Amino acid sequence: MVPVIEQRMIVPNVHLLTVAAPEVAESARPGNFVILRPTDEGERIPLTIADWDADAGTVTSIFVQVGASTARLARLKAGDQIPSYAGPLGNATEIGKFGTVLLIAGCYGIGSVFPIAGALREAGNRVVVLIEARSSYLLYWEDRLRTVAERLIVLTRDGSRGHKGHVTRLAQILGDEGISPDRVIAHGCTYQMMEVSCQTRPLGIKTIVSMNPIMIDGTGMCGVCRLTVAGETKFACVDGPEFDGHEVDWDEFLARRESYGPEEVEPLRHSGCSSRF
Amino acid sequence: MGTVDYVRRPMPKQEPFERVRNFDEVALGYTAELAREEAARCLGCKKPGCVDGCPVGIDVPRFVGLVAGDDFAAGIGTIKETNALPAVCGRVCPQEEQCEKECVLGKKGDPVAIGRLERFLADWEAQEGALRAPPLPAQNGRRIAVVGSGPAGLTVAADLALLGYGVTIFEALHEAGGVLTYGIPEFRLPKAIVRREVEYVQSLGVELRLDFIVGKTRTIDRLVEDFDAVFVGAGAGLPWFLDIPGENLNGVYSANEYLTRCNLMRGYRFPAWDTPLKRASRVAVFGGGNVAMDSARTALRLGADEAHIVYRRSRDELPARAEEVENAEEEGVLFDFLTLPVRLIGDGHSWLTEIECRRMELGEPDGSGRRRPVEIPGSEFRMSMDASICAIGNSPNPLIPMTTPGLDVGKKGNLITDEATGRTSRERVWAGGDVVTGAATVISAMGAGRQAARSIHETLSGGEGTEEL
Repeated sequence: MVPVIEQRMIVPNVHLLTVAAPEVAESARPGNFVILRPTDEGERIPLTIADWDADAGTVTSIFVQVGASTARLARLKAGDQIPSYAGPLGNATEIGKFGTVLLIAGCYGIGSVFPIAGALREAGNRVVVLIEARSSYLLYWEDRLRTVAERLIVLTRDGSRGHKGHVTRLAQILGDEGISPDRVIAHGCTYQMMEVSCQTRPLGIKTIVSMNPIMIDGTGMCGVCRLTVAGETKFACVDGPEFDGHEVDWDEFLARRESYGPEEVEPLRHSGCSSRF
Repeated sequence: MGTVDYVRRPMPKQEPFERVRNFDEVALGYTAELAREEAARCLGCKKPGCVDGCPVGIDVPRFVGLVAGDDFAAGIGTIKETNALPAVCGRVCPQEEQCEKECVLGKKGDPVAIGRLERFLADWEAQEGALRAPPLPAQNGRRIAVVGSGPAGLTVAADLALLGYGVTIFEALHEAGGVLTYGIPEFRLPKAIVRREVEYVQSLGVELRLDFIVGKTRTIDRLVEDFDAVFVGAGAGLPWFLDIPGENLNGVYSANEYLTRCNLMRGYRFPAWDTPLKRASRVAVFGGGNVAMDSARTALRLGADEAHIVYRRSRDELPARAEEVENAEEEGVLFDFLTLPVRLIGDGHSWLTEIECRRMELGEPDGSGRRRPVEIPGSEFRMSMDASICAIGNSPNPLIPMTTPGLDVGKKGNLITDEATGRTSRERVWAGGDVVTGAATVISAMGAGRQAARSIHETLSGGEGTEEL
């Protein structure tokens, strides 16, 4: 059992969860994830770690409410107990001196690139962060990201803040901003990571993506998180979650990720009149 | 002595047409009367082969004699001197390959049903009320870390707790039991029984830490600092696939995924529980072991119209226990022998719709002594399927080798240990079970745990490598 320190919606449908998990906080590295169950009936949900405090023993993640289990998670409040919280899992982000590193983030990834940006800056890189959302009201943590990024570029689909459009315009944005990254790291929305990989391939920029498949155990036992990278089957939980975006079979990945779409929300339909929610 | 009784008492079971619609245990267990009758068949051999046949050396004639004499309390006490998990072993040990294989009655008739009697005593004790922990010795001040709460880990923990060690088990998942919990289905090993056995081990003073992933939450290096010895029983890891086209289609599962969704995550209770398991109508299971049988029988219970075991050899080579093959057949599992899957075919939207197979014939015996299956050219055919489950085994869990420098690992990722003691290449680190052998049996993992516990005790209580406290 792990106590919830804080759980709140920070922008519509996007939540912040902080728990007390001292051993996880002690071992956490940028790019790691945790697996938790919000309640006994809940699924095991993988969440990327967005921040931690080893001294206070706390770990923070950002999550999007999509299905039944994240709905349960979104109902927790400070003082509640989470039955399972395990981690840190996955390999940490490779931190080296690359030169200029562009972090591209959307959705929960805006949170999860925060520690990566900090570690890259500490390693002597020039760190630029590009965050994207449908509209400006869905952006968050801009102030925090400014503390670790040399520049913060904002992109909104509706143009309500920063550049207008989608990462499909990446090449143009890089030109406008006068940035030529030596490495790109993308976190968050699967489509966005795929688009980024498409955009950077012709530019020849090494692109790392943090894959977010369905997982169950998260320790290499079940194989549901498998994906094809450079023609080989890999398990995101133990071989990843970060891979070279130019080597990922995106069509297969998206199909596998969506395979339980209807079932994810099914339990919500069955509990409308019960006291479970 | 009266005449020798060569006929084994059958164990009552749920009827196939009934049980295929529920997840309750198939075998119902002996009544006290049946148990006494069955036990009375034992000849009480002076040199009992059954004891040698048991990987943990249970005093079989003594406990069977106590059942015959109606002293069930003493009977279960006898088993627990050497086996902390009798309710599990009585259900899932391959007794026909071990204790019962050595029974002299087996030469002319049926061997004594040792496993069923073991199960009877364990269930009798549970029904009688609280489990009785044996008297515990004073704590000796030494601390042992056990990685994994499967059969190997539970055995090491119980053995060392009974010798006065302070034991902490670290379990990566949210329930204890390892493969007993995530792998073996409810209808073959009810989870309430696993919980009871785990509670028994806890009653010996063993501490259990769930959701603690050794290699990640803490490394082995760190545990070696904090504990006097570490036992690694981390179990099975990466599931093997056939390495044929189409294996990443939707609807294609590893047995580990399929069974974990069902057992650990209670997928059979979806949508009351959140973790789903698709209701497939035609399911192909690749492999012929117990895990394959468990998968096919699970698929039927989840509502499949047809569940096929697709196996490249013939019936005689099936590695599954005869009893499980029989149960599967009674429930309507279909067997496609001498059949090799060569390709999985999707519907254009990434969902499995068909499997392509090739017919095989048996050739000369291979290294395993079994006749080698040989492909018949041009014999390809297709079967319509909307799910397939690959149950051909797995390599050991990779997390600990990946994060532990100096720990020797074999070609398949298995930890290398000294056969007699379970010692690894790292000082004060022992290992046993599937993480060493690859997928094997519950009882062999327990045997390895027993051996390692003995070696740990010898080392820490005065043998080489001991430090003064």
